[in-house]
Amino acid sequence: MRFAEQFLFAAQSLRAARVRTLLILLAVAIGTAGVVLLVWLGESGRRYVADQFAALGTNLVIVLPGRTETKGGAPPLLGETARDLTLDDALALQRSDAVRRVAPIVAGSITVTRGNRAREATVLGSTADLLPVRRFELAAGTFLPRGDPRRAGAECVLGRTLQRELFAGAGALGEWVRLGDRRFRVTGILASTGRSLGTDLDEAVVIPVAAAQALFDTEGLFRVLIEATDRGAVPRACRDVERILRQRREGELDVTVITQEAVLATFDGILRTLTFAIAGIAAISLVVAGILIMNVMVIAVAQRRTEVGLLKALGAAPDSIRSLFLWEALLLAVVGAGAGITIAEATSRIAAAFVPALGAGTPGWAAVAAFATALAIGIAFGTAPAARAARLDPVLALARR
Amino acid sequence: MIELQGVQRVFRVGDQEVHALRDVDLSIARGEYLSLMGPSGSGKSTLLHVLGLLDRPTAGRYRLLGRDVGELDDRALARTRRQCIGFVFQSFHLVPRLTTAQNVALPLLLAEVPRAERQQRVREALAAFGLGHRADHRPDELSGGQRQRAAIARATISRPQLLLADEPTGNLDRSAGQEIVRELERLHDDGLTLVVVTHDPDLGRRAHRRLRMDDGRIVADVREAGAGDAVR
Ligand SMILES: Nc1ncnc2c1ncn2[C@@H]1O[C@H](COP(=O)(O)OP(=O)(O)OP(=O)(O)O)[C@@H](O)[C@H]1O
Ligand SMILES: [Mg+2]
Repeated sequence: MRFAEQFLFAAQSLRAARVRTLLILLAVAIGTAGVVLLVWLGESGRRYVADQFAALGTNLVIVLPGRTETKGGAPPLLGETARDLTLDDALALQRSDAVRRVAPIVAGSITVTRGNRAREATVLGSTADLLPVRRFELAAGTFLPRGDPRRAGAECVLGRTLQRELFAGAGALGEWVRLGDRRFRVTGILASTGRSLGTDLDEAVVIPVAAAQALFDTEGLFRVLIEATDRGAVPRACRDVERILRQRREGELDVTVITQEAVLATFDGILRTLTFAIAGIAAISLVVAGILIMNVMVIAVAQRRTEVGLLKALGAAPDSIRSLFLWEALLLAVVGAGAGITIAEATSRIAAAFVPALGAGTPGWAAVAAFATALAIGIAFGTAPAARAARLDPVLALARR
Repeated sequence: MIELQGVQRVFRVGDQEVHALRDVDLSIARGEYLSLMGPSGSGKSTLLHVLGLLDRPTAGRYRLLGRDVGELDDRALARTRRQCIGFVFQSFHLVPRLTTAQNVALPLLLAEVPRAERQQRVREALAAFGLGHRADHRPDELSGGQRQRAAIARATISRPQLLLADEPTGNLDRSAGQEIVRELERLHDDGLTLVVVTHDPDLGRRAHRRLRMDDGRIVADVREAGAGDAVR
């Protein structure tokens, strides 16, 4: 029997059992759509995180005080406190020609008052370079002035919410606010950019780093942000940073240098693993659909015993009978998977129209993988019933018992 | 054309053996018209199944068209059935979801006859059996006689040399039965070798050679006058 004829014959017998066929198609479609949609969600999440990091700049190097051992080994001795990372350390890093900008950061929390209004705020003590390094944007005014970072200037830049709540919508530029026992003049307002890796900029106030050191009475920096001259210079910048700091600390390197890329790669790996795990779980529903296919095929073979017997009496070889039933299983798998992928694609587009962060369009590889899985499952679970049909004894199959 | 020597068919039911055919010797020449009669359970259907290659003898030799059937594998048996043998059953065995034309076309489909030729031959066959206007009807829309005519059309569309009918009129009323018998005899007149199993003595008497079975044996083999009466 020819391929095309086998296909048509199988399609016709599926059409004849309409309700059963539709139910199986539904099961396969749901399974496939589940796999594709979950992969899509996972991928969207991964891309979202990657975008967040990219917004910070991929040529960013971060120096933290203290050594974070990631290589295992003995835990650090108790009581051994890392030396502070100082402003002079940070400024010394400018010496490397792989480094374009350095933004030291002192962070803390304090109450900001203006007149009788007060509000708790995150204080970021830094320099003028913080603006380009972190890619902040200003809604109004100017950022911190350039000049000697060691000078404790009295300028401050307010986050959006802070400005609104302290000034009740009135203009804030040029006005004075009080942080602890010091007064600062508002020179600029940060544009609202939402959360940036944990810090809500809308509720932050940026002041000169020396002023923050005085305010919190600390020499130590929270961290130092470094922008390498370009992406390719990141490794060299890291080496230079380590060399310079080692020199300044009698050969001991008690800081941690992180690159943006390393962090991104870690997140990326975790999220990708997660996506695979979720997709694997969803694939179980495809296996369930496969078992349903097998179920239906077994029933179909039983119901169509006389038909099988007849076909054999008319001269169908066992191979032909097997192919006929395999075609049915394959058709169910292929059509169901196709429908599932279409449903997933449509769902993703509709969802992305409401939540742009999700990104429209399911990943192509997920659709291909889900389709291949459905196909494999169709064959795997169709084979046994088809072989059973091929083995039927025609005399017994034709007998009306 | 057909030669059986010492053919036995033993079914095993639990630890019991059922001898459906015991030591059957039979030869059938091309163009003969045989009827096969006998009490229920005497082995008529089993013999027909063996002749039609649907069942293999447990012992003995079966030569069909000069070839020893015992040496053929499943694939070759299927091909021989497809090319040389037609079956007609008591309960028609039409595929309910297929139209009359599609049912009749099945053997050609299995033989991989091209579509255009297939349609042409199906059309001719349906016309020959008076079913031209029923081509697109499904079996449940046909009368019993029409169904059996469709089944005969199907059994003969690939122009077999041997037609085996197991109680072809068993499910039909008298007039429909007679009509079917006429169709079968017309085919025989065209050169087909015809074996008909029946419980109907009138029908049985029409054959030129009448076999009688009892308990798995052929107990009578009567030929028309001229061939002479022969009792084994
Ligand atoms: N598959 C089988 N398993 C066991 N016994 C069987 C099988 N097929 C047939 N038989 C037995 O073989 C014997 C002959 O059966 P067969 O069907 O050939 O009889 P028959 O002459 O066609 O009867 P009827 O006129 O009722 O159709 C019976 O005793 C029957 O019970
Ligand atoms: Mg019988």
